[in-house]
Amino acid sequence: MQPEIPQYAIETRDLSIYYGPFEAVKNVDLKIEKQKITAIIGPSGCGKSTLLRAFNRMNDFVPTSRVDGEILMHGTNLYSKDIDPVEVRRKIGMVFQKPNPFPKSIYDNIAWGARINGFKGNMDELVEQSLRNAALWEEVKDKLKKSAYELSGGQQQRLCIARTIAIQPDIILMDEPASALDPISTLRIEELMQELKKNYTIIIVTHNMQQAARVSDYTAMMMLYEDTRSGTVIEFDDTKKIFTRPSDKRTEDYVTGRFG
Amino acid sequence: MDVSVNKSLASNSFRPATLKRKRRLNEGLIETILFMVGFLTIFVTVGIVIVLGDQALLFFNDPEVTLVEFLTSTKWVPAIGEFGIWALVSATLTTSAIAILVAVPLGVSAATYLSEYASLRARSVLKPILEVLAGIPTVVYGYFALLFVTPILRSVFDNRIGVYNMLSAGLVMGIMILPLISSMSEDALSAVPNSLREAAYAMGATKLEASLQVVVPSALSGIGAAVIVGISRAVGETMIVAVASGATSDFTFNPLKAAETMTAHIARISGGDLSYNSVDYNSLFAIALMLFLVTLVLNLISQWVISKFREQYE
Amino acid sequence: MARFSYPEKQDLQKFVAARYRKAWIWQLIFMATLLVAIVSLAALLLNVVDGAFGYAAFEYKKDPAQFSDKPIEELNREELLAVLQENLSTGAYKKLDNESPMEKRSQIELYYLVQERLLQVDTKATYSLFDSLFNRHEIETEVGEKYPEARLEFRYWLTPAFVTSPMSSRAEFAGVRTAVLGSLWLVGIAILFALPVGVGAAIYLQEYARKNFLNRLIQTNINNLAGVPSIVYGMLGLAIFVRAWEAFTSGAMFGITDTNGRTIMSAGLTMGILVLPLVIINAQEAIKAVPDSIRQAAFGVGATRWQTIWSHVLPNALPGILTGSILAMSRAVGETAPLIIVGASTFISVDPSGPFSKFTALPIQIYQWTARAQPEFHNIAAAAIIVLLILLLTLNASAILLRNRFQRRY
Ligand SMILES: Nc1ncnc2c1ncn2[C@@H]1O[C@H](COP(=O)(O)OP(=O)(O)OP(=O)(O)O)[C@@H](O)[C@H]1O
Ligand SMILES: [Mg+2]
Repeated sequence: MQPEIPQYAIETRDLSIYYGPFEAVKNVDLKIEKQKITAIIGPSGCGKSTLLRAFNRMNDFVPTSRVDGEILMHGTNLYSKDIDPVEVRRKIGMVFQKPNPFPKSIYDNIAWGARINGFKGNMDELVEQSLRNAALWEEVKDKLKKSAYELSGGQQQRLCIARTIAIQPDIILMDEPASALDPISTLRIEELMQELKKNYTIIIVTHNMQQAARVSDYTAMMMLYEDTRSGTVIEFDDTKKIFTRPSDKRTEDYVTGRFG
Repeated sequence: MDVSVNKSLASNSFRPATLKRKRRLNEGLIETILFMVGFLTIFVTVGIVIVLGDQALLFFNDPEVTLVEFLTSTKWVPAIGEFGIWALVSATLTTSAIAILVAVPLGVSAATYLSEYASLRARSVLKPILEVLAGIPTVVYGYFALLFVTPILRSVFDNRIGVYNMLSAGLVMGIMILPLISSMSEDALSAVPNSLREAAYAMGATKLEASLQVVVPSALSGIGAAVIVGISRAVGETMIVAVASGATSDFTFNPLKAAETMTAHIARISGGDLSYNSVDYNSLFAIALMLFLVTLVLNLISQWVISKFREQYE
Repeated sequence: MARFSYPEKQDLQKFVAARYRKAWIWQLIFMATLLVAIVSLAALLLNVVDGAFGYAAFEYKKDPAQFSDKPIEELNREELLAVLQENLSTGAYKKLDNESPMEKRSQIELYYLVQERLLQVDTKATYSLFDSLFNRHEIETEVGEKYPEARLEFRYWLTPAFVTSPMSSRAEFAGVRTAVLGSLWLVGIAILFALPVGVGAAIYLQEYARKNFLNRLIQTNINNLAGVPSIVYGMLGLAIFVRAWEAFTSGAMFGITDTNGRTIMSAGLTMGILVLPLVIINAQEAIKAVPDSIRQAAFGVGATRWQTIWSHVLPNALPGILTGSILAMSRAVGETAPLIIVGASTFISVDPSGPFSKFTALPIQIYQWTARAQPEFHNIAAAAIIVLLILLLTLNASAILLRNRFQRRY
């Protein structure tokens, strides 16, 4: 049989995620396109972060967590026995809600990830290139040896993006990357995402409807089941369609702010 | 918070002014007493400084003694009026260095295991063991050094090592300090925010890489504070060295030799029948003053480092 | 950007596998360090037990057959009493009877008395428990060759009699009663001083102190005092309590004339100051743990600050404060160096009669006996260590019980 040519960056099949007995995310089927930006939206507690963290196996660190179903990356199941979570995270980078640079120099923040992942090449070049791609180079080129903690929140978040792209993953996950930032920094990060999507597949969780509408190509809408309090994707479509004529009434209420 | 509560109390109060004042007087008295009790602790420090300083001054005023000789000479032979502190400092440095060389790697590594690796169940077994180790009186460690560790060392080094030696005392002192260093380091490691661990893992780090290259460096100043406190503990430790490292005040850094530390010397001499106000007696206060100042500086540094460290992650 | 400068595919797998191996080795190293701690603790405890029991070779200066037809160790209480009555001078017997009535003494106490007074035992060699259990034959041959006259006997150095006997200059008959009583007395005085002062200071710092220079100084000072070497406290105690306050600490003020300042009172106060920072810090933690809502509630119904503290904060913090104080007591029980400086008497065989008597303490005895050259003193040092550790265990266990029993339920 011919191997199926993987068409999607990530594909989930009947995915459920548990914390102990509690089913936080239930029956999710998603097909995420390569080199596009996919937004995940939905009310608080509906399992957006849980779903996102399942993609790069960050949930492994929650001892009670468990996954049912499949998550395929380029056709391989990320949760099959022979898959190594370290390799998965090497290929699927993540940017967190709160900027979390290492308490090291700006330079080392980027060089560290490259070093542990066996980077062979000119480190200075890599650092400069990553910072340029993250639209941070001009602001920090004279203080690369300074602590990353001396940067502003927005700059720190761009540094976190820079260190993620420095290890050249295939996919970048972003969990509310701009929620701790002012509008100008937010705008810069959004521009940056447009730039990055030429090379990377991006999945972003956001509470900001305008942001989702502005930056994403596809949008997944998540919602809680009333009875079990489990979250699921109720609608997944072109962003335009989701925001102009959603097929689900709940989506419409949510995106127009009439929710709850 | 205290102040605001008080204000709202006052503004909502409908009692006549006289009643209010009376109540304040009473309250004020209690506060004053409590303040004085708290302030008493300052007197302990002042008392230590005055008592040690006063007697040390008597010592330095003695015609046989000069401050320069005290601080530079390597001979300590009270019988012939030789008072060179280095004869004692050398032993203090040697035993403390051995102890720190044992306790720091072991303590930090144990802390890393407990904070980064151990399951809750493993922790609940391992932590109490360290606590028991920390709770054993040092005189018992002295017994252990002299009657267990020394015989082993003597069978290893044959007759190059004496019944009393600094190596045995230093090693056991290291075991004694281990729980202190490990628990302070563990506090520092667990103060490192989880977001940093997540950041490391998200970049494809293994647990070791995240722990050793991100978490430990992030907690480095806290660990440094632990090491400083450990040094201060080692320098001030008395019973282990008094029992196991001998009573010869020779200037030597050879761990296989017997030599007397500052603390052990004070213990031995003051334990005997010493007449008050002799030079020997006063010399003990000069040694104790040095000991106090050294440990005070170390403790202050470590407290300062810890408070800086806490600020960093607040 | 150079796209392929990272290991990919097979290379990546190999690379990650190598890193995992390294991680695994390091994890073993981390675990090994804890193993060192566990092994040390085990070695220490076993070493002590090893010393507290085992064979001992005795010689008797007098022939046992002289006193009894049966072997002495088989005599019962009455027979031993008879032997003693017969062979001791009336004066000596009276004296012993005055110390504690002979009729009330146990079989083992009388047996020791016969050994000490009549047979005049002399210990030639002692063996550790481990040797005694596994190298019995070697021991028997050695004793047979070196001390042909000696009798080999399995000796429990730690016995009920060891705990209840007073000091003796002979290791075979020494006990720790005087030392234990001395320790209890001085810990009692220490805590009587440290508890009220410590809790008062803690209340001030947690409930009253505003953030100003003076209060920060007090707090820093307390943290520092906690790190001052115990021997320095000993020097403080020597200069202040033993010498400057001799009139008080020797009891001369109260008409006691037979001692100098080296009394339980001096030692207890020294210990009290030594554990004070510990008591304060623990009490502060306990008070800190009382939620603010309780204070707000009390203030809300019009209570004054002190009323709030007295009837709401302190009762809630009490278990924590007591737990902390017990821990401070166990610190005081084990401290040795300050007692040496303040001048615990090394040989004293009468029970302390009050705060102004001379004294010895358990850790002091352990130190003295460990430092002796004769091996039988090491054996009783080991036995005394077990007594000390049991005392500490009791204290700590009661602290844990207290903590669990009154676990706060906010
Ligand atoms: N580590 C965990 N252990 C147990 N339950 C968890 C854990 N993390 C999340 N949950 C639960 O899973 C559910 C989904 O949480 P999740 O953080 O994924 O929501 P979210 O959609 O990201 O919310 P928000 O928009 O507020 O970030 C919630 O009910 C939450 O309580
Ligand atoms: Mg979330």
